[in-house]
Amino acid sequence: MSPQANMPARNTKVMNRFDVTSRLVAKLKNEEAVIGGIGNTNFDLWAAGNRPQNWYMLGSMGLAFPIALGVALAQPKRRVFGLEGDGSLLMQLGALSTIATLAPKNLTMILMDNGIYQITGSQPTPAAAHTDLVAIAIASGIVNSAWAADEEDFERLIDQSMSASAPTLIGVRIDDKPGTGTTRRDPVQIRERFMLGLGVRRAL
Amino acid sequence: MAVAEQRTSPQASPEQAPQTWHGIIQQTLKRNDIRLVPYVPDRVLTTLIKNLHADPFFTTFPTAREEEAVGIVSGAWMGGMKGAVLMQTSGFATLANVLASLVAPSQIPLIMFVSERGTLGEFNLGQSLVCRTMRPVLDSLAIEHHTCTRLDELEFIADRSIKQAVTTQAPVALILNPLLTGGKVFDK
Repeated sequence: MSPQANMPARNTKVMNRFDVTSRLVAKLKNEEAVIGGIGNTNFDLWAAGNRPQNWYMLGSMGLAFPIALGVALAQPKRRVFGLEGDGSLLMQLGALSTIATLAPKNLTMILMDNGIYQITGSQPTPAAAHTDLVAIAIASGIVNSAWAADEEDFERLIDQSMSASAPTLIGVRIDDKPGTGTTRRDPVQIRERFMLGLGVRRAL
Repeated sequence: MAVAEQRTSPQASPEQAPQTWHGIIQQTLKRNDIRLVPYVPDRVLTTLIKNLHADPFFTTFPTAREEEAVGIVSGAWMGGMKGAVLMQTSGFATLANVLASLVAPSQIPLIMFVSERGTLGEFNLGQSLVCRTMRPVLDSLAIEHHTCTRLDELEFIADRSIKQAVTTQAPVALILNPLLTGGKVFDK
């Protein structure tokens, strides 16, 4: 029996990270926070339009969802989005269980899955051939988890998550294109601007 | 709190009678408005963890890895909520990357309490070796750290260190030595 015999068919469209990120950003009207993970997820977030409520992760691979969880716990009235790559999530699968347990309803996680470590030379991840990361999220207890079938479905799932009563994870199959922009690597300024954007700080 | 009130309610709860190391830490966290306390457990931390869970002031929960907890409190700090992470020595040893790539360069006042295994009666060779990596890692990143050995100094060290971390936007590690906690021994 093939290891994939019991897995649902992955008949989802292969989309583009910058395109879906731009679609997300276009929907943000209420100063929602967005946490961009390491590398391409934050590069495309940067390219989609710099907002004071965006935070760009420059290291600490795998921590976009935990950081987004922290923001969501601190500001339960604000919608918080986390953008993470498949390779990154593989580094921190346990975070899905933590998020399922705490269950912040204001957290939407977006998983960009191309099956490769694009930024290091497009090597396949160990999960590429046999692992369904959305199925892992569901099994971890995040029941509002689904693959987006296409761009329209992605937008529908984003809208749905905005009023969900539990955290949401949206899987997006993406192509192998590199990120569109390059984030300015100034962690103090990124952090300070984000805190200003969240109303935690006031400018000098 | 009034002095008279203190006299009339002796040892009503661990936080009102901070004569234990864990009582002092709980009260010091509270006084500094540190509400979010994720942890990866350690035998030595059992009572502190139990008491934090019992106190509705705190949002405390286990994480799968220590760096996950560091990510959570870093995000919470940026969102305006203060936190601290509890772990043991071997857990600290998994943190070099997140300290060097997130906490230190972003100037996040990460507050770490590390139950110190690997010294003063350690029975596990792996623990004693991993313990030796902790202070060199902290020193290599110039992260402030204090080894807490005495009950009468603990409140001063913890309270001042937390305040310094927050005001200078720099991480700090408070290492809870077996001289303070009793540690974990083979025949326990």
